Amino acid sequence: MTAVARPGAIAAPVATSRIPRGFGRIGVHAGVIILMAIWLIPTIGLLVNSFRSEQDVSASGWWSALFPPWNLSLDNYASVLGEQGIGDAFVNSLFITIPSVIIPILVAAFAAYAFSWMSFPGRNLLFVAVVGLLVVPLQTTFIPILKLYAGISIHFGPVNIDTLNGEFLAVWLAHTGYGLPFAIYLLRNFMGGLPKEVFESAAIDGASPVVAFLRLALPMSVPAIAALVIFQFLFVWNDLLVALVYIGSTNAANSPLTISIANLVTSLGGNWQLLGAAAFMSMALPLLVFASLQRYFVRGITGGAVKG
Amino acid sequence: MATVTFEHVTKKYGDVLAVNDLNLEIRDGEFMVLVGPSGCGKTTSLRMIAGLEEISDGTLRIGDRVVNDVAPKDRDIAMVFQSYALYPHMTVRDNLAFGLKLRKVPKADIEKRVQEAAGILDLGRLLARKPKELSGGQRQRVALGRAIVREPAVFLMDEPLSNLDAKLRVQTRAEIARLHQRLKTTIVYVTHDQVEAMTMGTRIAVMSEGLLQQVGTPQELYDMPVNRFVAGFIGSPAMNFLDVTVTSGPDGPTLVANDVTIPVPPRFRQMVGDAAGRHYIAGIRPEHLDIGQATSDDASMTATADVVEYLGNEELLHLTAAGQDIVAIVDAENRVTPGDKLSMVIPLDKVQLFDPESGLQLGAQRTAVAAA
Repeated sequence: MTAVARPGAIAAPVATSRIPRGFGRIGVHAGVIILMAIWLIPTIGLLVNSFRSEQDVSASGWWSALFPPWNLSLDNYASVLGEQGIGDAFVNSLFITIPSVIIPILVAAFAAYAFSWMSFPGRNLLFVAVVGLLVVPLQTTFIPILKLYAGISIHFGPVNIDTLNGEFLAVWLAHTGYGLPFAIYLLRNFMGGLPKEVFESAAIDGASPVVAFLRLALPMSVPAIAALVIFQFLFVWNDLLVALVYIGSTNAANSPLTISIANLVTSLGGNWQLLGAAAFMSMALPLLVFASLQRYFVRGITGGAVKG
Repeated sequence: MATVTFEHVTKKYGDVLAVNDLNLEIRDGEFMVLVGPSGCGKTTSLRMIAGLEEISDGTLRIGDRVVNDVAPKDRDIAMVFQSYALYPHMTVRDNLAFGLKLRKVPKADIEKRVQEAAGILDLGRLLARKPKELSGGQRQRVALGRAIVREPAVFLMDEPLSNLDAKLRVQTRAEIARLHQRLKTTIVYVTHDQVEAMTMGTRIAVMSEGLLQQVGTPQELYDMPVNRFVAGFIGSPAMNFLDVTVTSGPDGPTLVANDVTIPVPPRFRQMVGDAAGRHYIAGIRPEHLDIGQATSDDASMTATADVVEYLGNEELLHLTAAGQDIVAIVDAENRVTPGDKLSMVIPLDKVQLFDPESGLQLGAQRTAVAAA
């Protein structure tokens, strides 16, 4: 652009601003809808295919099923749930995910409160160290932890474990460790942003740190905790690597969905028409969790970073 | 009910002295206002009473008990914060009851006290609401209520009115004063607003730069400020200060600033003596200046009106006299217009004299003055 002022150059922006505001809004909406459609088409294709038979899938594209004759059935779902054992895996996934979400967030909440509102020597150094752990790739921890787990045996009443490898507990502990740095970081930032006077007022009212944590800090941090629950839930639910390493083939009965789905397809590529049905089985729960917590999720991301 | 006593109390942040050797006795049942500009140490002093700041040196007593190392919850105090500090996820009722529940007060007793406080503060209809559903004034009343239900020995209030709009501030000011008359509990109240201090305080402690400047009733501070800082801080608009030089005249020594000549007021005559050539600062409050001709007990000066602020019942005049800016408040009937040449009367018994170096008022009792 030159600095020379020409009448046309000045008139141009005036003309744009005369376009009715509604038009711009329609344009934005159309753009968003088109983007969403492009994004969703593969998923819709997968959904449609999950209701079609193996022959149909190989013979024609998924869109042909949108027109008569419809040849849709629930056979794939029945097969996946029944003979392929995905139903059991679903339960295993729940068994792995729920404690793997609750334990780290609970621990992180305690830590975050201490890091924000209690003074003890080395507090900042310790916090920097915890945040520093965010950059450690979890792959580097596999061998040391596997070795550690192999050496742990528990014989107590009905519990009879020779090695932790293959047990649910192994995965719970692993996910707790992997999830803690981020959880502490996010919650500390949120709790640190809570007004100081509230805790001072509580101290005068007679609240001990434990009471202040349970009765004030925790309820006031619900948006951040909800956001964390979604993050951690999605991470653990969709995790294949950690489950494969600590449960894997040691104890196939404990396999979560991710492992079972990966095993659906035979090494020769058979059974792949079942993948669609299995994928939607595995997607259902995260969608439900996200939908029920999404208002916290949207608010919680900024709520953690900026003052809530 | 209790006294609060500061004995040589000092608070340091690193090398910075926030409160410097504070000696102050707050009497039982007194409404003591700590006032001063930002950073003068008034809030720090209050927070030391609350136990939210550690005391670097000295002794702090509540009643007869030394509380330097007593936890906030065991000091039998309640505090109202500037930001209200309500518990956002609890209803008004739970906010009021929180402190009592933690102290294991019997349920029936809690309910009684909550109802009582709600009655005093007109919160009855709001008990089931959450703080975010309340207006600023209502939140302020809940914060007050939370302090009242505790029935503490001392109330601490940290600028509780500064987040309210002007109208509500005047209203709540009266409400707090009424509350004090009713409960007769010791209140320590921090503000930077001298009008609040003057209207509410039984006594006022003026602080500046960590030092206590003067303690006294509102009248004492207004009539007999110990130094230039207090003189300029108390009163609105602020006191006028004229640089004057002592000059010998036919009728004894006079104070001269350019073309303005003021006889030395009788009560200062002995102290000033004949020290011709000495400099002083003469202080005169805007409301004591008037338009007219001087009688034998007064002095006069000619002044030019620069700006006239019409306030309805009175006029605020910005004048130039003796080459300096002077503010005066006169009756609106005078109808002064900018540019008018006026003869202003200075009543001699209202003139105050300050030492230009130490800032101390001549003849002021030094007892209340901290070492400068």
